[in-house]
Amino acid sequence: MSEQTLTSAAADRGPLAMEAISVSKDFRLGRGQTLHAVRDVSFNLYRGGVVALVGESGSGKSTAARLLAGQERLTSGVIRLDGHQVEVSSRRAFRRYKSQVQYVFQDPFASLNPVHTVRYHLERPVKLHQRAANMSQEVVALLEQVRLTPAKHFLAKYPHELSGGQRQRVSFARALAAHPSVLLADEPVSMLDVSIRLEMLSLLDDLRRRFRLAMLYITHDIASARYFADEVLVMYAGQIVERGPAEQLTQCPAHPYTQLLVASAPDPDNLGSTLRRGAGRDRSQQPQGAPRGPVSAASNGTAVAGCPFSPRCPFADDLCRRENPALAQVSATRAAACWHLDLAAPEVVSGPQGGGFPTTQ
Amino acid sequence: MSAGPTSAPVPASGSEPVLDIRDFSVVYRTPSGDVRAVDRVNLSLAAGEVVGLVGESGSGKSTLAYGACRLLRAPAFITGGTVRYQGRRLAQRSQAADVLRMTPQELQKLRWREIAIVFQSAMNALNPVLSVRNQMLDVIHAHLRMPRDEAGERAASLLDLVGIPRSRLRSYPHELSGGMRQRVMIAMALATEPEVVIMDEPTTALDVVVQRDILAQIVELKDRLGFSILFITHDLSLLLELADRIAVMYAGQLMEVGTAGEIHREAAHPYTKGLLNSFPSLRGPRRELAGIPGSPPDLRDPPPGCPFLPRCSYGTDACTRIDMELLPVATSQDPEHVTACPFVLPDTPPREAFQAKDSLDVPDHLTLADELRTAVEPGS
Repeated sequence: MSEQTLTSAAADRGPLAMEAISVSKDFRLGRGQTLHAVRDVSFNLYRGGVVALVGESGSGKSTAARLLAGQERLTSGVIRLDGHQVEVSSRRAFRRYKSQVQYVFQDPFASLNPVHTVRYHLERPVKLHQRAANMSQEVVALLEQVRLTPAKHFLAKYPHELSGGQRQRVSFARALAAHPSVLLADEPVSMLDVSIRLEMLSLLDDLRRRFRLAMLYITHDIASARYFADEVLVMYAGQIVERGPAEQLTQCPAHPYTQLLVASAPDPDNLGSTLRRGAGRDRSQQPQGAPRGPVSAASNGTAVAGCPFSPRCPFADDLCRRENPALAQVSATRAAACWHLDLAAPEVVSGPQGGGFPTTQ
Repeated sequence: MSAGPTSAPVPASGSEPVLDIRDFSVVYRTPSGDVRAVDRVNLSLAAGEVVGLVGESGSGKSTLAYGACRLLRAPAFITGGTVRYQGRRLAQRSQAADVLRMTPQELQKLRWREIAIVFQSAMNALNPVLSVRNQMLDVIHAHLRMPRDEAGERAASLLDLVGIPRSRLRSYPHELSGGMRQRVMIAMALATEPEVVIMDEPTTALDVVVQRDILAQIVELKDRLGFSILFITHDLSLLLELADRIAVMYAGQLMEVGTAGEIHREAAHPYTKGLLNSFPSLRGPRRELAGIPGSPPDLRDPPPGCPFLPRCSYGTDACTRIDMELLPVATSQDPEHVTACPFVLPDTPPREAFQAKDSLDVPDHLTLADELRTAVEPGS
């Protein structure tokens, strides 16, 4: 398919580190029902590049990351690390894999053990994944890398003695302890205060550059993806519905769902906007007009045949309800899964960024 | 400069404020000393107004709101101030009632009937073992005299109001999505037609599409039913769109109060400027973002003068000697646009701001402020 020729916007950052090829994950719900949490998702991570996975809760973005982390078994598809297919059946293989691929959790209040000190949290992965000659030197170096200085001051502290930002720094340091090549960051800043989010993102950016980490940044905040990521993948109901370079995709979204996401983000430059003029007008302008009932049905990815976004989509017709569109390339670096891109985003399909690819395969 | 710097700030315009918080202070008593969580705060809410209260976690914004409803318990103590409530239903009274002096019976009548709260975490605030219908009936029966079938009808129409199908009355909280739970919370808060609704981060846990939908609905309901909203959040970008006026809180004190437009375009306080420069924008050109390095001070032993000084790029020695008083922004047309920083103005360029003034020994911050104001706007 055209997928093969699509170039990731993160590709020129460095060599290929990790590939997800047609990865799917189903969960059995009982009573014969199946939840297709991740459906036929493919993307690449490159050393030194950031790929953002954006979507609402329940869209499957965290499941995708857990698949990459080896914490869930694939239903189908292949994951490759440095060109080798990942097989984490044995404990040893899993440990070796973990020394390459590390995960940062969303909630620094839950991901650190309250009965252990910072030193313990950092010594354990160092012991597991490295043969460090000087343990305490290594731990101090880790703390300095995440700018928790003076390091001595933090070693004996317990998580409850740290602020949210400091805790998240400890969990970054813990992930770095294994000297990974891939970092999977699952909403690393969304539990933190707005005022320190930027600081944490710039720290992550600094770590990415210094250690040439291939990073997957999972978020529901598409604005932060614009600033932080090279490539953005938009997920809806387990599928990637649009992908492209961060700036292009956020400034000129092609898929109706991406358009809805962008339109929903708070826009301080638009004072006296739709919000304050009242809701009636708001709903008629946005593709939000659909009743709220089907929203949850659509986003859990079970029932709907055809395009999963069709119940909420202003452009949906019979074709959309019948057949699910494949991700089709619209330019050298962009792709979207929509039957009606010509209606939804004419400027993307035939515009300056269009690159001349027809939407149909 | 329409008002002199000596005149007291008068936050609400026009009509009598519904809720008027004055000199309000709350401490948390701890073994290692009192934490001054809310420190002499003045804030008022006019009828039909949306006031946004923004600040980072630990800034005291929730403590302020809960304290004003007397919902705090030990070790929190209200150490001073008044909270005057003057609703339409109580208008026949000659004087507004002070919430802080109310008896438990009066408080019972005030809460929910007059001032309702939408709590942050809908999953924790709803009772997991009661159906939506029973929880709503609980509220209605506790605060209104109403026959059973009428109360049931009211519960159903409240769900209509927030756009949830009536069939959901029989659902339990775990059967609802996060957005639906939050809508149920809003419906319950509106069950008794309150005059004031305090919303404590009602949409923080939701994703942006649902958030926008719920906010639009809140605004629509507010316009229809005419209540006032005190909206607490740490997301300033949200308030710029939603609120009429915004109060910026830091370390238990208000730093700046102004209309949404003033806060957006002419933010005077360095902390507000920092907040504005903290969120990545989706539209327009990519800006250099700085955020606010550092963390808030320990409120058990607050530093002298301005609590924001350690993180402030404009800071000078003089900042340790100022009293944190909200005074009108010198360059603003609006005397109700007030800031606690006497040195920095909306158009003060960052960093190099006061290097020249550093060496000056200024006994009184007002004189320095006045001096700077004349220096900054020569002949404008």
